[in-house]
Amino acid sequence: MGAADADRRAAAGDGNPMNAIRRGTRIAIAVARKDALAELRGRHATVSTLFFAAVVLLLFGFALGPDSARLSAAAPGLLWLAIVFAGILAVGRLHQLETDDGALEHLAAYPVDRRALYAGKALGGFAVMLVLGVVLLVAVAILFAVEVASAPIPLLVTIVLGAAGVAAVGTFYAGLTVRLRAREVMLPLLMLPILAPLLLAAVKATAAALSGDPFGELGAWIGLLVAFDIVMIVAGAATYGFLLEDG
Amino acid sequence: MKTRILGWVALVAVAAASYVALFVVPPDVNQGDAQRIMYPHVASAWLAYLSFGVTALASIGWLWKRDLRFDAVAVSAAEVGVLFTAFAIWGGMMWGQPVWGVMWQWEDPRLTTTALLLALYVGYLLLRRLTDDPERRATRAAIVGIVAAIDIPIVHFSVEWWRGLHQTATIGSPDRVLNPAAPMAFVGTLLGMLAAFTLAWVYLMIRRYQLARAETAREESARLEHLVAARRVEVARG
Repeated sequence: MGAADADRRAAAGDGNPMNAIRRGTRIAIAVARKDALAELRGRHATVSTLFFAAVVLLLFGFALGPDSARLSAAAPGLLWLAIVFAGILAVGRLHQLETDDGALEHLAAYPVDRRALYAGKALGGFAVMLVLGVVLLVAVAILFAVEVASAPIPLLVTIVLGAAGVAAVGTFYAGLTVRLRAREVMLPLLMLPILAPLLLAAVKATAAALSGDPFGELGAWIGLLVAFDIVMIVAGAATYGFLLEDG
Repeated sequence: MKTRILGWVALVAVAAASYVALFVVPPDVNQGDAQRIMYPHVASAWLAYLSFGVTALASIGWLWKRDLRFDAVAVSAAEVGVLFTAFAIWGGMMWGQPVWGVMWQWEDPRLTTTALLLALYVGYLLLRRLTDDPERRATRAAIVGIVAAIDIPIVHFSVEWWRGLHQTATIGSPDRVLNPAAPMAFVGTLLGMLAAFTLAWVYLMIRRYQLARAETAREESARLEHLVAARRVEVARG
């Protein structure tokens, strides 16, 4: 344990903080790139997740429709519910594939900073979530007759921050539940209550952006999303190491 | 023995505080007898927050010191906290029915926050049941316990804002009674109830902690027996 720690510290950059950060970033990008490559070379988790989210949106339409005014009023909430549900599947898969192949143990055995590994996994999840968010935004615009072109910048900022939050929380919760017997139930059960403030803020920000922000509340909700993301990224980076060691 | 005495004292204290809250203190002018629910409701909500704070601190203790006694404190506090949270929500609904006219009021930030709190810690307890290895269980649970505690203020804050955009004030928020203008009888009764509930909380915590330690000891001896049996088979086979 002590020797491994020393190795890790040495590998993390000879005590110079700038070197450590540079090295950590390189490791994180390498991990994220590995996940992206695996995804592109035939695992296609994103595609099936996207179709799942599209089906969810269709079912929302059946549940609340066919009154189109009601559907477009509910659109921000439906968009984010679809993103969160699909996101749970997506981040769950990113870890599941690793344990199926026994790759997570190898990843844990590398003498590198655990925070860099967390950042890498979260970055991969973030990329998937970003694709999901943008495609679903377009799908919601078409299905529920929402005018998204009126405020593209605030909508994109909301999607980016929401995607980052889901990825940040999802990465360490997926790592936590991946070896559990009932992981299919436990991952959403643990993640959804944690994501409640994100859902709330993202829905409000989206609704404000779509309606031209008449009450000037957009900035506050974006700020809440930023705060949520920062808190969860710090919490994830601090705890992911414990998960790899004996979680 | 001391714990047993504490249990009896707590029981008597809760009974006495309930008697005062039900029959001695006058009913609220606006809310009538329904307001009496506030005494156990506020006391249990307060203890629920205390419990989850204890869980978070004990979780940090486990990750730091690797002593399973911290984990036993964490699980005890989480379980007792879930009990008090459920009790607080139940009391809130019983109070909401006559005062608001509905059991569930989406515009009350405390109610929605508390419901999420219950979900967070029920998840924590379920997670514990799914892991057999004590150290792994402690680590996984500790992470969930810490992150849940970090999430509570964010949840509260966001729900508060969310409601704020619909409506400026919630009618008859139960905690209003605590303001200094309120008659001393109300404040005194609430403090008495709080003290009685806290005694009960301490008693439950001690008992649950003892149970958790006994469970750990049993798991440990079962594992040792298993190892010894396996070794015997090996020796017998030569």
